[in-house]
Amino acid sequence: MAKRSFKVWRGDASGGEFKSFEVDVDPGMVVLDVLHRIQSRQANDLALRWNCKAGKCGSCSMEINGKPRLACMTRMNSFGDDETITTQPLKTFPVIKDLVTDVSWNYKQNQRIAKFKPRPREADGTHRMYQEDVDRVQEFRKCIECYLCQDVCHVIRDRGAKDEFVGPRFMIRLASLEMHPLDTDDRIPEIRKEFGSGLCNITRCCTEVCPEHIGITDNGIIPLKERVVDRYFDPVAGLLRKVRGITVRK
Amino acid sequence: MLDVSEIQTIEHDVMVIGAGGAGLRAAIQCSALGLDTGVISKSLLGKAHTVMAEGGMAAAMGNVDKRDNWKVHFRDTMRGGKFLNVWRMAELHARQAPDRVRELEEWGAVFDRTKEGLISQRNFGGHRYPRLAHVGDRTGLELIRSLQDHGIHQGIKFHMECSGLELLKDGGRIAGVLAYWRETGRFVIYRCKAVILCTGGGGKAWPITSNSWEYTGDGIAMAYDAGAELMDLEFTQFHPTGMVWPLSVRGILVTEGVRGDGGILKNNKGERFMFNYISERFAPETADTVEEANRWLEGDKTARRPPELLTRDEVARAITAEVKAGRGSPHGGVFLDIASRRPADFIRRKLPSMYHQFKELAEVDITKEPMEVGPTLHYFMGGIRVDADSQETTVPGLFAAGECAAGLHGANRLGGTSLSDLIVFGKLAGDGAGTYVKGLSETPRASDEQITAAVRRATDILKREKGSNPYLLHEKLEGIMSARVGIVRNKDDLSAGVDELEALKAEAVDMKAPGASQYNPGWHEALSMRSLLITSEAVTRAALMREESRGAHTRTDFPGESPEWVKYNVIIKKGASGMEVEKRPKPEGPAHLVALANAKIEDLESGKVGGDLT
Repeated sequence: MAKRSFKVWRGDASGGEFKSFEVDVDPGMVVLDVLHRIQSRQANDLALRWNCKAGKCGSCSMEINGKPRLACMTRMNSFGDDETITTQPLKTFPVIKDLVTDVSWNYKQNQRIAKFKPRPREADGTHRMYQEDVDRVQEFRKCIECYLCQDVCHVIRDRGAKDEFVGPRFMIRLASLEMHPLDTDDRIPEIRKEFGSGLCNITRCCTEVCPEHIGITDNGIIPLKERVVDRYFDPVAGLLRKVRGITVRK
Repeated sequence: MLDVSEIQTIEHDVMVIGAGGAGLRAAIQCSALGLDTGVISKSLLGKAHTVMAEGGMAAAMGNVDKRDNWKVHFRDTMRGGKFLNVWRMAELHARQAPDRVRELEEWGAVFDRTKEGLISQRNFGGHRYPRLAHVGDRTGLELIRSLQDHGIHQGIKFHMECSGLELLKDGGRIAGVLAYWRETGRFVIYRCKAVILCTGGGGKAWPITSNSWEYTGDGIAMAYDAGAELMDLEFTQFHPTGMVWPLSVRGILVTEGVRGDGGILKNNKGERFMFNYISERFAPETADTVEEANRWLEGDKTARRPPELLTRDEVARAITAEVKAGRGSPHGGVFLDIASRRPADFIRRKLPSMYHQFKELAEVDITKEPMEVGPTLHYFMGGIRVDADSQETTVPGLFAAGECAAGLHGANRLGGTSLSDLIVFGKLAGDGAGTYVKGLSETPRASDEQITAAVRRATDILKREKGSNPYLLHEKLEGIMSARVGIVRNKDDLSAGVDELEALKAEAVDMKAPGASQYNPGWHEALSMRSLLITSEAVTRAALMREESRGAHTRTDFPGESPEWVKYNVIIKKGASGMEVEKRPKPEGPAHLVALANAKIEDLESGKVGGDLT
């Protein structure tokens, strides 16, 4: 067992400050274990969210030494022996208390996305889809909604453009519908106009912080941008559609 | 004096408590029936314990092996549950699970596929055929996300981070629920005509558990306080494979899918010990040589299943016995090896979360080394007693579905039947509540006195000058349950456990949470201690009463199944002077179902038994 120093942001919407804690740490612990030890021994009312403690639910998102991380997947031995560990709430969302932020904006974005509209079932009552056709969609559906990507996205974090861009999490949710073999809805005009696909400037910060290692930018957002370009700006594609008599919604 | 009119009040026809798989499915059903439906959840939407489910959901669709059908699934469920299951629930579940799974696909779920493009199904313990629809090893996430993304467009009102405290009644009937917002600590009265409890189990009473903080038995305790009967709580499932090292991750689940996909268990001598633990009931259907087990893995349909895929109670007991005999792994478990059985890319594709979890939390590469695993408290088979078809409890207007309800699983749950349980009985609970609400001639109304008393009980914890630390009491509770009500039990331990729980209850009377009511986890912890104490006492008293070993309940003083005890359920109810425990005769099954459950597998498959049932 070793003593470690923690600085934990404590406060609420009206303000707050970092408080120091000295904690006994056992081998194999993650940051969330240490915060729990602080909570049970030194600060019973320390607010933080967590559930599964195994990187599957995406509740314990916070900024650890300045980086957006899941506290349950951040091992203490990933830091230097004498390093002080600083934990603070996600910066992009309003603080409720201590390490807990108000992430309700994300739930509102999800609500704006039109629901899945499958094609009819086949004659035998099944839907046939092949594994190679669903691999990409399954990658996007690994998302645990930890919102670390939303937290780190420049468009939301620095520009505060929450009205114009839904953020990486919901771009890949849109991608998971757009690329779903059964979905019949045309989502391209909304992806461009309502959800702001053009605002992403491909810095890949979201991809870097994703604990599920989803290729958010390369596999999700860029292909969506390409579909938008095909629809609106590609003269060849436009001509082909005209020749074939295909009309598309813009 | 507290004025009830000043407390926020929200009205719905039906309130669903809990937003895991059962709660979401129940809410979707209520909404489809035209009811004004509200859902409260302790966590944010989509974070419920359902996301932790890994391996899959059992449904006899026959996509991988055409010999599968609901009758074989029903037989597996009854045998896995050691014949203590409620017959009708096991039947409804086996019959309806396939439609519920296909419905999820209609709502956007993307399951792994067979070569023919159908929903793929994997092998699991106790299931005769590959039966689990799955998405790698993150099936629970797929289930909850599909229901969530469908549910938010159905007009359901979701009230997130809102915890239920007490059920409100008007005479004998349900009239609502008192809850509090975690964010502000303010109270809220939900007035409604029916409540559906979908609150899960109470695994947090044990120190080594796969359960999250939410698993504090809230629904079980609320139902008990409201006068509902509880049933068969002695059956607590220890999943055989939880992580054992490092200590901080002890108990985190290692999916049974590892064994379903070929993983084997070994002791520290390198022996594949499960061959030594094949019980009589399963001997005719289990491989007894390594050679036969290997042929099964290679797809030989004439080979019998390897013993690693025996039911969870049997595997957990075998691991405990190996460790006790000194043949355990360095950290007190045994070895689970898939590295030597399957190529690395297969493991990473079929078990991505396990690969990830061991790599990041234990620094073990499961494509190269074996995992160290041991039993972890995983699931409550028992819970609130319900009617099989409507899921109504013994309190009018109160329904329960999913893990908090009893009956489907009997003495032991088969892997993969928890997710299918949620969607089958979540829907039926919604139907049941719908029928009940439509039959009501007037809206029940809870009295102010009930509400003020409940609010006072909750706020006393904050107002008191000093008192005991709820976190430390919780640790004490875990110590008691681990020492007295573990995987192997006896009368002396259980009796001592009852006494120790009584003493702990006395200590918990003056719990104190420092700080204000705004997002105060210490206060939340104290409030959930009440649920945990009721639930733990019920488990312990039920375990003391059942004098036999059956499924997940093992008594060293009463080894083996008793032909007498299979005829009884253990019922728990709130009495005038405390908890009442009753040994009550279990209703006999209908003849056609009894015949199915007892049939030889050949006779079932040839249609000699059950051939007339569709």
